[in-house]
Amino acid sequence: MKPTNKTINRRSFLKVSALAGGGMMLSFSWLAGCKPSPEETLSLPKEWFELNSYIKIGDNGVVTLMAPNPEFGQNVKTSLPMMLAEELDIDWKNVIVKQADFFPQHFDRLQFTGGSTAMSRAWKPLRTAGATARQMLVDAAGQTWKVPATEITTEGGVLHHKGSGKSAGYGEMASIAAKLPVPKDVPLKKVGDFKVIGNSKRNVEGLNIVTGKPLFTLDYKEPGMLIAMIAHPRAFGLKVRSVDDSAARSMPGITDVFTIKTLDDKYERNGFDTTSYTDLVVVVGKSTWEVMNAKKALKIEWEKTPETNMVVQGWGGKETVNIPAGLESTDKHKAMMAEMAKRPAKLLRKDGDPEGAFKKAAKVIERTYTAPFLAHNTMEPRNCFAHVTADKADLYGPIQAPEFIMQALSARLGMPREKIQIRLARMGGGFGQRAYGHHLVEAVVISQKLNAPVKLVYSREDDMTAGIYRPTYTVTYKAGLDENNNLIAYSIKAGGIPESPLGFSQNRFPAGAVDNYLAEEWKIDSNITIGAFRAPRSNFLGGAEQSFMDEVAELAGKDPIEFRLELFDRAIKNPVGKDNDYDAERYAGVLKLVKEKSNWGPAKSGVHRGVAAYFCHNTYVAEVIDLTMKGEKPVVEKVYAAVDCGVVINPDAAANMGEGAIVDGIGNALFGEMTFQDGVPQKNNFNTYRMIRHSEAPKSIEVHFVKNEKDPTGLGEPLFPPIFAALGNALHKATGKRFYEQPFQKQLETPRPATQM
Amino acid sequence: MAIFNLNINGKKQQVDVDPATPMLWVLRDHLDLVGTKYGCGVAQCGACTVHLDDVAMRSCQLPVSAVGDKTITTIEGLSEKGDHPVQKAWLEHDVAQCGYCQAGQIMNASALLKSNSHPSDEEIEAAMNGNICRCATYVRIRAAIKTAAKA
Repeated sequence: MKPTNKTINRRSFLKVSALAGGGMMLSFSWLAGCKPSPEETLSLPKEWFELNSYIKIGDNGVVTLMAPNPEFGQNVKTSLPMMLAEELDIDWKNVIVKQADFFPQHFDRLQFTGGSTAMSRAWKPLRTAGATARQMLVDAAGQTWKVPATEITTEGGVLHHKGSGKSAGYGEMASIAAKLPVPKDVPLKKVGDFKVIGNSKRNVEGLNIVTGKPLFTLDYKEPGMLIAMIAHPRAFGLKVRSVDDSAARSMPGITDVFTIKTLDDKYERNGFDTTSYTDLVVVVGKSTWEVMNAKKALKIEWEKTPETNMVVQGWGGKETVNIPAGLESTDKHKAMMAEMAKRPAKLLRKDGDPEGAFKKAAKVIERTYTAPFLAHNTMEPRNCFAHVTADKADLYGPIQAPEFIMQALSARLGMPREKIQIRLARMGGGFGQRAYGHHLVEAVVISQKLNAPVKLVYSREDDMTAGIYRPTYTVTYKAGLDENNNLIAYSIKAGGIPESPLGFSQNRFPAGAVDNYLAEEWKIDSNITIGAFRAPRSNFLGGAEQSFMDEVAELAGKDPIEFRLELFDRAIKNPVGKDNDYDAERYAGVLKLVKEKSNWGPAKSGVHRGVAAYFCHNTYVAEVIDLTMKGEKPVVEKVYAAVDCGVVINPDAAANMGEGAIVDGIGNALFGEMTFQDGVPQKNNFNTYRMIRHSEAPKSIEVHFVKNEKDPTGLGEPLFPPIFAALGNALHKATGKRFYEQPFQKQLETPRPATQM
Repeated sequence: MAIFNLNINGKKQQVDVDPATPMLWVLRDHLDLVGTKYGCGVAQCGACTVHLDDVAMRSCQLPVSAVGDKTITTIEGLSEKGDHPVQKAWLEHDVAQCGYCQAGQIMNASALLKSNSHPSDEEIEAAMNGNICRCATYVRIRAAIKTAAKA
């Protein structure tokens, strides 16, 4: 056992005495008040003892573990408490998991789910919280039994002292442990000693999900609660001029119609206050159906918004964002991007002499890839419950990043943060979009105006057309091979609307593996709002780069896996440049694993194989697709994935998320697309926005994890980007054509020339 | 507004609503049966699937006035303890990610198995194609349906 450097935050050990007025015990009536679901056969204790913010132990040995992070399907509500249980050394069957409310100072500021960071950020603090609580129980037993604490062992929630033969359950020692000082620098278990981590645990909400329990904000109800909906402008670049609400007001169940502003024009936004629309036309009523109908009866006139320059507080400090006036269209976007791609761009990285090397190269290949805007389309549309009174604001809503919306809530309500309480709801999907919390601001201003509890509801159409999309991107790659088919020059020039996909990844592969390398970027401003979408930027670059790499390997006359391994070999033995942000050995490791698992080699007759590998969110992934063609329809028979994300906490749940990312990627590669005409999103529901469905999903998926003892890294996102390329490369084998433009389905339906030159 | 007497999950229920109100909103807003989910409102996603008698039905497109004396079963009424073979199979395969669409998937799958106790892969795909899962748990859903068919 080695001591961890991190000492558990004192504040996360809520000193129970302060709350309970001198007594050390804190009993939780809230839990006793909850009806246990049939799965919970645990008998509830008479009293709970809080050892720290995450852990409460009942007098009967039942343990409540708090899940700090917002849950939107990654299974963080199950997998994070597994870290606590591991170090606390308890039997998982005696555990009750509860979702924590947003209380950042008590939960090590972990309460953000996004960027595939939940496991890695929690890895030290949660194990430390578990180990420290365990040590307090050990110390309590040592004092009680008058034996050295170092002689006490634990197993499955029971304390033992071999010398005296004494033993006791945690529940018997919890009241004493809760009064003890919090020990520092408690050692953590070695990976090889794990009993909970690495052993699959089923979703703690499984039974509640399959029985339809109210788990989501959209299911939430309070006495006197009103339903509110917003009529957003029909197009980006418009705002409300006038509203004729006479018909809507007189409709049954409607209690109010009004216009209200969410963010003051002078308010300085942060990067998560994303919205195009701050003037809301709001319809309020008693039931969702009535409000939906009344909203349709509004007669609203719109006017064009002027160009603005907005100062936004981003990660790297303040920046001015230009938001142009005008009504934008996809055709114009494409023409502007093609034009912009020809102009000089911002240099991000240059190694060697790319220009000279391209001139000397025996073979040069240049390819351009494009991808459209994408809508997140979470199954649960945006919504939020809010009840704002004179002295506090109570929110219950789907939000990945509660911390980042606090500034706007506090500024708009004129309330200090401690009076604003966000209860974290299970989300019906997030995919990055729920990191942006303007729907919470909308809910509070409506509740404040009405002085009533309100649930703000977006219809599917509202959700799909109100903005925050994956941006549209393009990238041009150029590669030069020498007469021996070695890669000697490589350039990448990427751009997009309204951001470039490249800015964070110019130091990724194949940088470091090629002597002459150039990376440049550009962007075009837009008034269409964008945001993180599963594996931001990588979700385009991974597919484009790895499709290009396949074509370069083909030009070099080399097997696509061997070609990549040669490059990694170069990056391992003699890397170019100093800032390469990947570990070439681990990268090569996943390729070798997928090669082995897929039995890589010539495909069976009628089966077409494609391979790709990508590194993002600190995780290495390689994927192989086997597909057959049924006429023009690709049938994905099998997907093999090899993943190196360090220690895997909850293997079956991890595989589930990997399978989902693969299917999601195939769906978006084939079908995903949002287009615009005069600022109007051209798709507003699932009859026009095509999502992958049962019959289009792979028949079978194998996710293999590299076994090592490295600290865990991301998983929700990294399997997503490379599958675009594995699919494109397999489709090339099947059709003889390369797929340069997403969504691929258009090209499958409309044959195009096989090459781009 | 009009009064409707409904038979839901084996219980008589009375509501006083606009006759055009879809059953989805009658269930969710008037009867507190929120397991049936709103996903699209246009019968494209299947999140609102219920059984009308024994047939899977998109409740967002089923006006309350069209129900008559047919019985409605929602996810809350599929079994008493969450132990319907389809629900058990869902737990065994730990299908759910976010979980939002799963009630609709389960209601559709259970209706399928009622009419076809041993569906082929193609029959499963055809029957389930109207149910979108944005987390894309399709492979596990298919496996769970096969497990339930064996139960």
